[in-house]
Amino acid sequence: MIKLIRKFYYGDYDSTNPGASLNTNEKLSEETSWPLWEIFVRSKQGLDHKHVGSLHAADAAMAIENARDVYTRRNEGISIWVVQSKYIHATNAEDADSLYDPANDKTYRHPTFFDLPDAVKHM
Amino acid sequence: MQVNALFLYTQRFDMETDAIEKIFQQKIDEEIKIEPKDWMPEKYRQTLIRQISQHAHSEIVGMLPEGGWIKYAPTLKRKAILIAKVQDEAGHGLYLYSAAETLGIDYLTMMEQLVSGKAKYSSIFNYPSLSWADMGAIGWLVDGAAILNQVMLCRTSYGPYARAMVRICKEESFHQRQGFDILYTLSQGTDEQKAMCQDAINRWWWPSLMMFGPKDEASTHSDQSMNWKIKRKSNDELRGQFVNMIAEQVKVLGMTLPDPDLKWNEEKNSYDFGEINWDEFWNVVKGNGPCNKQRIEARRKAHEGGTWVREAALAYADKKKNKSKAA
Repeated sequence: MIKLIRKFYYGDYDSTNPGASLNTNEKLSEETSWPLWEIFVRSKQGLDHKHVGSLHAADAAMAIENARDVYTRRNEGISIWVVQSKYIHATNAEDADSLYDPANDKTYRHPTFFDLPDAVKHM
Repeated sequence: MQVNALFLYTQRFDMETDAIEKIFQQKIDEEIKIEPKDWMPEKYRQTLIRQISQHAHSEIVGMLPEGGWIKYAPTLKRKAILIAKVQDEAGHGLYLYSAAETLGIDYLTMMEQLVSGKAKYSSIFNYPSLSWADMGAIGWLVDGAAILNQVMLCRTSYGPYARAMVRICKEESFHQRQGFDILYTLSQGTDEQKAMCQDAINRWWWPSLMMFGPKDEASTHSDQSMNWKIKRKSNDELRGQFVNMIAEQVKVLGMTLPDPDLKWNEEKNSYDFGEINWDEFWNVVKGNGPCNKQRIEARRKAHEGGTWVREAALAYADKKKNKSKAA
């Protein structure tokens, strides 16, 4: 049988088992490594924080310092969020069909579903 | 609806590998990016790990030929620029290691593969940087060659790799321009400076052409990588593009490229150029270049020398955590 579900870093943890260690063919290093953090940067006032990547750091303060050096060297941001990757829960790609399908068969949710008489100019 | 989806879902577990691979290939053909949690053929994953980690190692090892020149930079301005450039390379390494990690390999494993000599990196960094003009030639030629490859990779099929490349490309054109600026300044200088400029171009030209890898017919990974759209242009295609670009720019410097066979071909609408010394290429790839041992040794020392720092930072973080719990 083919293994369809695999756990990965990068904000793509399997939410049924958050924080679990990786289980791949790669040899994991013996040295304990710094945990992985996901970095979100607000590029300017009025915009959302956006995921820009990840990095390893021993704690949150170091993650923010390193994120500043790595992801905002050229005025890319004015505010940084960091969150340890293992705390991010995510949906599975395999569930996408069943999960997001209901959005597609309810087209009346979109304003373009309704034909308006020409007399109505703006609505 | 629900039952149907569940049925389809469980059914997928029983599908033959090639059926699932077909769906995967369809996604690739439709230009749908592959993301970390999507199913992918094991070989796709392994190919990406190999390529992305090699790429990351190249950025990190690439700091070495330039790092040594920081304290000999001719002016404070040049020194500040070079420091910024080397810092960028470290950042690029990090973007790429992060992208590789989404495929299930961790950073320290990749580091170990580098310092043990198991992992490869771009052969170009096994050549020594002998004069200040080399900083110019590296920026102009080496980064120039890298950019062509990286621009192509902005459209690679694996999402995290493509996103890392977009970020890198934004920063990379500064690298090439600062290199050209160094050479241009030298080319306007004294006879000695002009000679320095030409000498650096002479030494870095052929290794830069080798950066694009073996000829298409000798490249082992190419076909599959093209099918999977990991690569989107062949080695020779990119190499030709590079020659066309540099052969024009070198005229602005008033310098020449060390290739007697370099000639504009009206019919092909591109330059013809001489044969690369493939024996030298394979020799450097196999670890016998002028600086292979030195580079690996420098990385090993940095990695091992940094162990206590990594451990101390973890211990400090633990201590702080416990303290805040107790309070």
